[in-house]
Amino acid sequence: MSLLRVENVSRHFGSLIAVSGVSLVVEPGELRAVIGPNGAGKTTFFNLISGFFPPTKGRIVFDEYDVTKLAPHRRVKLGMARTFQITEIFPELRVRENLRIPVEVASGHRLRPWLSRDADEEVRARVSELLEMGGLTGHADRLVGELSHGDQRATEIMMALALKPRLLLLDEPTAGMGDQETYNITQLIRRLHKDQKLSIVLIEHDMRVVFHLADRIMVLAEGAVLAEGTPDEIAKNEQVQAAYLGNVQEKSA
Amino acid sequence: MNGRQAANGAIWIALLTMPWWMNALGGYTELGTQVVVLALTAMALNFLLGFTGVLSFGHAAYFGLGAYGVGLTIRYLVPSTPLGILVGVAVGTVAAAVIGALIIRLRGVYFAMVTIAFAQVFYFIAFRWNKVTGGDDGLISWTRQPLDLGFARIDILHNAIAFYYLVLVLFALAAAIMALLLRSPFGRTLLAIRENERRARFLGIPVELHMWLSFVISCLFASLGGTLYALLNNFVDPRALHWNMSGNFVIMAVLGGMRSFWGPLIGAAIFVVLQDYVSSMTENWQSFLGLFFVLVVLFFPRGVLGVLRRRAVS
Repeated sequence: MSLLRVENVSRHFGSLIAVSGVSLVVEPGELRAVIGPNGAGKTTFFNLISGFFPPTKGRIVFDEYDVTKLAPHRRVKLGMARTFQITEIFPELRVRENLRIPVEVASGHRLRPWLSRDADEEVRARVSELLEMGGLTGHADRLVGELSHGDQRATEIMMALALKPRLLLLDEPTAGMGDQETYNITQLIRRLHKDQKLSIVLIEHDMRVVFHLADRIMVLAEGAVLAEGTPDEIAKNEQVQAAYLGNVQEKSA
Repeated sequence: MNGRQAANGAIWIALLTMPWWMNALGGYTELGTQVVVLALTAMALNFLLGFTGVLSFGHAAYFGLGAYGVGLTIRYLVPSTPLGILVGVAVGTVAAAVIGALIIRLRGVYFAMVTIAFAQVFYFIAFRWNKVTGGDDGLISWTRQPLDLGFARIDILHNAIAFYYLVLVLFALAAAIMALLLRSPFGRTLLAIRENERRARFLGIPVELHMWLSFVISCLFASLGGTLYALLNNFVDPRALHWNMSGNFVIMAVLGGMRSFWGPLIGAAIFVVLQDYVSSMTENWQSFLGLFFVLVVLFFPRGVLGVLRRRAVS
């Protein structure tokens, strides 16, 4: 049983066709990368999966539920969590509070006017665990808006994980990061995938990260699927090399 | 944390002992009562403005509905203060629940404009419906009624200090509930919405539902403030519903500091004192208030309490 089945989705903005007839199947425990040049429709595709807006055509099935028109918060409840290309956090709250909010939502506490002592301790323990996992323990009581870019990105990923998702959608997790920060985040994603068997779909520009992490890669160009396969197949694919990888390799060489 | 407890303690002591020091400072008890009543409403507005990030420019609607609710009940239906308060709060809250459901999808300035529009609707109804509301002259020929507790009777009508303590008890109850909510998981979802609505939504918070709840809670306490305002004056007129009044509450919240729980209380105190003292010297007291407001917004955008708190931290 596949975890996510995206069937032939399209999204038009007026006369612009941002995504055109894209399909994707994600099996449980799989780490799937979506790559493609700027403007290929990767983020639009992510927005369709996470419910930012509905597709113009096509169907999205998550865990056997048709979620095509479901509101974002309901998809979260079913087990989807995402991060954004431009970091979306609660800048004037402490790191601890940034994590506490999704932990409480995931525990079904969001409408409660108070918590029992046991529930409160459970929430705190879970927050500490997430702080630890994200390497944020030392910053727990700082405002997240004051942290470095890398730590803000890490906070955002931990916020998504706080929801205990079954599918994690990461939109360019290493965007704007230095080498060391990129390495740290890559290791974190790898651990989530290998140790916790979390299913992950990620958009990424850094090819080292993509080829290091992904089980399978989908290449988008001009809103459509150009190629799909294992990292080896993608690396050998001439069309992909011409359209995309070639450029990147020349640039980085 | 200790600083905060000390500040809380100081505020409560100041409020509890108001009748003793207010007269020594040349004020009078009703002035203190007015501060507490307006502070309650400004704090209620700030629950929405400062802690949910939603700007309502129409809270006078719920304040005024509370005021007319209690006035009309005592004047026409039952001469009972508690029942009048209950009716006023119920009317204001139900109106907020309905209006809130209609407008909660709007954002920013559009939301603010529609809240003004709804408040003006109620203003014109009160203004025109002479037979019932007394129109422009206001609703007269009623007074707050003594409280009958069964074992004792408290004459809140002639005893200004007794009425002050009734107001303070209700203020304390409202403040405690709002403080409890803001420190709860529900309160944190409101902060999340204020900080970043998109992030909140994609963390699984049904943003519109939580905003609506915050709006209704805020309006509930604003209408409580309105009932007490009418009881304080033994009078209501359409100005309680006018958008000037809504603006005054926003000014109080911003003056004192939107990000602090007690900010609107400080703002209300500054507002009432300026109004009382400056208006005894010049008719243009609003110019001075306006000037003061501009200075605060320009130089202390976090309000008076925001500045004090920053000092305390650094």
